[in-house]
Amino acid sequence: MITLNKETIAIKREQDVVFFRNRVNEYAEKIKMGLVNKTKLLTAASELVRNMLIYAKEGKVICEIVTISALQTGIRLTFIDNGPGIADIDKAMTDGYTTGKSLGLGLPGAKRLVNIFDVKTVKGKGTTISITKWKNG
Amino acid sequence: MDKIPILKMGDYLLVTIQVDLYDRLALNLESDLVNMINKHSSKGVLIDISAVNIVDSFMGRILGNIAQMSKILDAHTVVVGMQPAVAITLIELGLPLSGVHTALNVEKGMTLLQEKLFLDSTVIADDTDDNT
Amino acid sequence: MALSIGQLLQKKSKTVLESWINIQLQDDGLKEELLSNQEIRKQSEEFLHSVISILKKEDSQNTESPEFEKAAEILTEISTSRAMQGYTPRETGVFVFGLKEAFLSVLEKEFKDSLVPYADSQKINKLIDALAILTFETFISSREEVILRQTSEISEISTPVIRVWDGILALPIIGTLDSARTQVVMENLLMKIVETESTIAILDISGVPAVDSLVAQHLIKTVSATRLMGAECIISGIRPEIAQTIVHLGIDLANINTKASLAHALRSAFMMLKLEVRKTVEKPKF
Repeated sequence: MITLNKETIAIKREQDVVFFRNRVNEYAEKIKMGLVNKTKLLTAASELVRNMLIYAKEGKVICEIVTISALQTGIRLTFIDNGPGIADIDKAMTDGYTTGKSLGLGLPGAKRLVNIFDVKTVKGKGTTISITKWKNG
Repeated sequence: MDKIPILKMGDYLLVTIQVDLYDRLALNLESDLVNMINKHSSKGVLIDISAVNIVDSFMGRILGNIAQMSKILDAHTVVVGMQPAVAITLIELGLPLSGVHTALNVEKGMTLLQEKLFLDSTVIADDTDDNT
Repeated sequence: MALSIGQLLQKKSKTVLESWINIQLQDDGLKEELLSNQEIRKQSEEFLHSVISILKKEDSQNTESPEFEKAAEILTEISTSRAMQGYTPRETGVFVFGLKEAFLSVLEKEFKDSLVPYADSQKINKLIDALAILTFETFISSREEVILRQTSEISEISTPVIRVWDGILALPIIGTLDSARTQVVMENLLMKIVETESTIAILDISGVPAVDSLVAQHLIKTVSATRLMGAECIISGIRPEIAQTIVHLGIDLANINTKASLAHALRSAFMMLKLEVRKTVEKPKF
């Protein structure tokens, strides 16, 4: 996978979310991602950035345009925080499981909306979640 | 503080969401709407989301909450104008918003509300018939 | 020998070109109807010059030199256009490998009795091999592009949304429903619902060969998405054997309005819209 364009956005307050979503939107428009795929990506991003704000208070997101071939271009978002980490990742990936007050659809829902979903978490150290959505996939 | 305007039209309340929602704004809308329903004893709430590009699980929950809360206060909620991409995403997310009435546009939503209200009134009328 | 291999071939380039074109034309596989003689000559000439200019350089193995890039560019173009026109890999391969043959035969004549120096023939071999690999890479990737485009075209044309009545849409699904196709079906259907302000959509699955739990899941998704938009969805065309499999697999379709045939679905759609279709009574003629 080759990275074409890279940017880091800090997430500290709830208002940063709107700015962040707009940036992701611009990236998606840049590679001419279809409307449905773009909406799926933005929704997944919205879920993950909320999780970050709730559980880790702050963090950052790396936005990249990635490509694996002339035919497959996409956007990769990497959410990095230094929060408490996820205690039971298997449980966290099941529908309806939550340690907070949400519906428990955040992680499993976001996974269903994107093409590649990758979580690395260390208890007490933080969580890194990387999602990739292909332009036409 | 940002607020989403709520319009009162007779027995109904009309909300048109024209901005990108963030969590606090959505929470404010929830409490404002519930207060307005109570204040005007409204019979129906119409929420137009045709300009909303993203509905994630949090917004979906707020919409569901509003529907449930207004039901308790004896008002029907209809969400109208959802964009196709948003609908597909919500289904994939696992959030079919069961319990929320939907309609294609404001006009059809109004008709739906009137039908519901008519049904309510006939049920009440039937009840009184039985009592007499 | 005073001349380097590059210079020598430059001098003999006309002869090389002729013998190369002959090799290409003699190959049985060539589709003459697809490519005119002149076109072959033009493509060959252009490419030959760029290859000779690489051979003239000291570092002919350097794939990053501007000369190599120029040759690669020409080759990519030829290979891509041939793949699009439906050439076989053999025909495209003959183009590149024919050049090697032409080079060596010209050199053999040039050196007459003595053998062609090993280093020189090796130089040509390596270069042509590198170019041949490039040809196949581009040939295959442009073929893949064709396949991808066709796949998306097929899924586009195989999901027509028909407006059968004011406010009623019908969508006959032919073939298997996979997740990619479901997405296209959903998108088309929902767009059309918005466009025509229809409140009822009939999904006819008589053309779906089998319904397993995955297909059923896709159908349920489509119905739920339609409802989110504020329209109702009826599934019609359920054959008895499909009804059997659905029950045997334990798929719950209780929340979905199902009808046996499109006609039944249309009738129930009329009822939902409070419409009535009647036979007109002919007035008696006096």
